[in-house]
Amino acid sequence: MPQFLKDLIDAATAPIPYTVLTTLLLGAVLYFRKILTHPVVFTAVSVLITLFFVLAFKDPNFNKIITKPDNVPILILIATILFFTWLSLRRAVLNDERTKRGEPTLEGELSKKKVFTWPDLVFTEFICMLLFTALLMVWSIEIQAPIEEAASQARTPNPSKAPWYFLGLQEMLVYFDPWIAGVLLPSFIVVGLMAIPYLDVNPKGNGYYTFEERPFAISFFMVGFLLLWVSLVIMGTFLRGPNWSFFGPFEYWDPHKLEPMVSINLSEYFWVKALGKYLPANPIVREIPGLLMLGAYFVVVPVICAKTIFKKMLAEMGMVRFYIFMHLLLWTALVPMKMVLRWTINLKYIVGIPEWFLNV
Amino acid sequence: MDKILSYITGSQIWKSIFRHGYPDTPRNRTLAVLSNVVLHLHPVKVRRSGIRLSYTWCMGGLTFFLFLIETITGLLLMFYYRPTAELALQDIVALREHVPIGVMREVHRWSAHLMVITVWLHMYRVFLTGSYKPPREFNWNVGVILLVITLLLSFTGYLLPWDQLAVWAITVGTNMARATPFIGHEGPGAALVGFGGLQMVHAGDDVRFGLLAGRFVGEGALLRFYVLHCLGFPLVAASLMALHFWRVRKDGGISGPL
Ligand code: HEM
Repeated sequence: MPQFLKDLIDAATAPIPYTVLTTLLLGAVLYFRKILTHPVVFTAVSVLITLFFVLAFKDPNFNKIITKPDNVPILILIATILFFTWLSLRRAVLNDERTKRGEPTLEGELSKKKVFTWPDLVFTEFICMLLFTALLMVWSIEIQAPIEEAASQARTPNPSKAPWYFLGLQEMLVYFDPWIAGVLLPSFIVVGLMAIPYLDVNPKGNGYYTFEERPFAISFFMVGFLLLWVSLVIMGTFLRGPNWSFFGPFEYWDPHKLEPMVSINLSEYFWVKALGKYLPANPIVREIPGLLMLGAYFVVVPVICAKTIFKKMLAEMGMVRFYIFMHLLLWTALVPMKMVLRWTINLKYIVGIPEWFLNV
Repeated sequence: MDKILSYITGSQIWKSIFRHGYPDTPRNRTLAVLSNVVLHLHPVKVRRSGIRLSYTWCMGGLTFFLFLIETITGLLLMFYYRPTAELALQDIVALREHVPIGVMREVHRWSAHLMVITVWLHMYRVFLTGSYKPPREFNWNVGVILLVITLLLSFTGYLLPWDQLAVWAITVGTNMARATPFIGHEGPGAALVGFGGLQMVHAGDDVRFGLLAGRFVGEGALLRFYVLHCLGFPLVAASLMALHFWRVRKDGGISGPL
């Protein structure tokens, strides 16, 4: 692969371009889903991606991260996520077209008929199991499970990473206090997931693929799952190197790479930089700008939304559901906002009261 | 040949096991599913739409299948593995070098990774088909707990090889517990727990200590994770799966247009 392409990809996977590009990509896929999910487009994209991996494989730095045994699952994750996102959107597009023509959905048409579990279902399951067994055997014989030197409390590996499925949460540690990143956010994720069936009052789209009958629900879930979970896992695996610094996929993991880490709090921006004063001693006074901002974010924004863009939603959901939903939505949105603020203006905390562990 | 076959299928032993002929008639197909303890997880007849691979992606089924593989390979691994700081790593290395067909550890590890992926994809599919909507709200919740248990199973297993990779991944992963509000010694509110100036939450008795049986990932943690990994979480997972499958049936089978 030519050097300029590698440089380009390294540049595109720096945090800000990476976030912007993945967000734009998801937006484009959802908006232009009719064209982009066309099988021809999908095949072409798959070929390009495969070609990329084949070409990039020769690069020693890329090769080193990709072939780490524990990173193989991430490649499978990327491939399956892309495939199934395509498949579901394709089916949704086809179903939405059928509905527009007044025909039943594909599932609706098929579900008129019932078939016997034996043989129809049992055989499908059996073939799935055989394929998976074969895959697992080949994988297990080809790639040995990793084993490193004996555990030692004295030598900390650099980087120290959690298992890959928790890397999104480990990434949060950079932007939030540990109790928020490690306790509050995971709890919100679990509670939020559990709340979905009770918050989504739209009766349509039950039991078949569709986009147009529930565009908001699907877009929101995809943002959460694809951009804030899977994509952060990928970032944590491939782009976070020693000292948890950012590295492009073709970059050497240099443990001495230094990132300017002079992030400062909003209070300092406000009192010192803008007003030219000293930081007030009283923490509440000191953090007034951040507290006001967060207060406005969590209290005023929902009310404004209820009166404007989400008026219809409020009417459908009722007060209780709506405000619980808004709260979860605002936390979801706070995560990328905080990340971008850190990367762009080096903002450490919006409210930083270490005395009370209140660092947001 | 036909004679031998009909002799076998006519014998008392055969008949005591299988109560029906080859499943090629409606009656026998019904009986095949109803009279088999594994197959009767299924209904006798299913909607044509629900069994299409392009609908369910078979992801729930595969997750369950991987769970079974984990149970079998895990059982085999337990024969060779002793959860002590001295022996754990040694046993893992010996497993590859001295045990015939020593790929059990590989199968176990790669299936575990795959199971995390399939359970995520299963959730993704259930969401995209709107299958959490009434009447399946509760089963979605059972699913969310299963998702958490799957991650915990994988996480507790990650420690068992007791090498640098394992210990430090678990160290990073459990450090956050220190910061749990009120019950972690570096968490908000911890200073409030206590009376008369007597602190109650320290590094030596907070929630992380309870999890790891120590201030750092040491032998106590290894034993705790081992017990949870081999017994605790599998039991919870298996019970919840039984509930999950039962509810799939009770909620009217795989979802489809109403
Ligand atoms: C260990 C984990 C799990 C196992 C073994 C499992 C297994 C299954 C199986 C075999 C089915 C039948 C249909 C299919 O294959 O798609 C199913 C359906 C279902 N699962 Fe799971 N599942 C697990 C986790 C989850 C999770 C994480 C969720 C959601 C958060 C979930 C929610 C559901 C729902 C709502 C259904 C009914 C879907 C329908 O009727 O179309 N499950 N599950």
